Amino acid sequence: MADLAFWMIVLLTLVSAAIVVLNRNLVYSAIALLFTFFGVAGLYVFLWADFLAGVQVIIYVGGILVLIIFGIMLTNRITSVNISHTSVQKSMGGLVVLGILSVLGIMIFNTPWLQTEFVEPVQTTATIGTLLMMDYLLPFEVASLLLLAALMGAAMLSRRNE
Amino acid sequence: MDSLNTYLFIAAILFSLGLFGVITRRNGVAVLMGIELILNAANLNFIAFAKFGGMNMSGHIFALFVIIMAAAEAAVALAIIINMYNNFKTINVDDVQELRQ
Repeated sequence: MADLAFWMIVLLTLVSAAIVVLNRNLVYSAIALLFTFFGVAGLYVFLWADFLAGVQVIIYVGGILVLIIFGIMLTNRITSVNISHTSVQKSMGGLVVLGILSVLGIMIFNTPWLQTEFVEPVQTTATIGTLLMMDYLLPFEVASLLLLAALMGAAMLSRRNE
Repeated sequence: MDSLNTYLFIAAILFSLGLFGVITRRNGVAVLMGIELILNAANLNFIAFAKFGGMNMSGHIFALFVIIMAAAEAAVALAIIINMYNNFKTINVDDVQELRQ
């Protein structure tokens, strides 16, 4: 049962990711991206990362996807029905990407990964909070500065100068 | 199903699809979508290694920082794309070759 759910989620993720990069209509691509994000969140749950699955849904689906759809709407005239776009050199790009994928696959299946015994975690969110406030305090503060800078930079860039 | 290789290969496929989008798309927003797919693939790797390395939570922290960075990157990239559209009336990344009008 869990196996079936896992492969269904994998299929959902990869098929919708393929639609994102292959569909000609940008709005369809954005909708397919939604399902990809949900599928990756599902994979996080299978990897015992429940907190990150929640963060993924909130930030990617609630934030980034809405931003992307805004971007599509603001850069196309709504009256023009044809919100499509073309891709260039699909065959050449596909060849390059297939080469990279096969090299990655050979690497993944031939490397003897160092694995340790899986211990079921008692709690994940509390551990992440403790780590953020103890070991990773400086990166945490730098991330808040980065977000502030990105907020101000985006507001300044997108303003029309008279 | 429950092996490290499975997750790594899924992430590799996701990365390849994102890379395909980045190199073949001409629309700026579509290129951004490809970058998001690549970042998701990297996150999947981090969390897979965290689980199979004895539930090491540092991997989760790194994935969290990648998500934060992706949010900042999406905001700035879209601001740039909207600026590009205002100045050039196109967001085709092949047509925009000058820094000023």
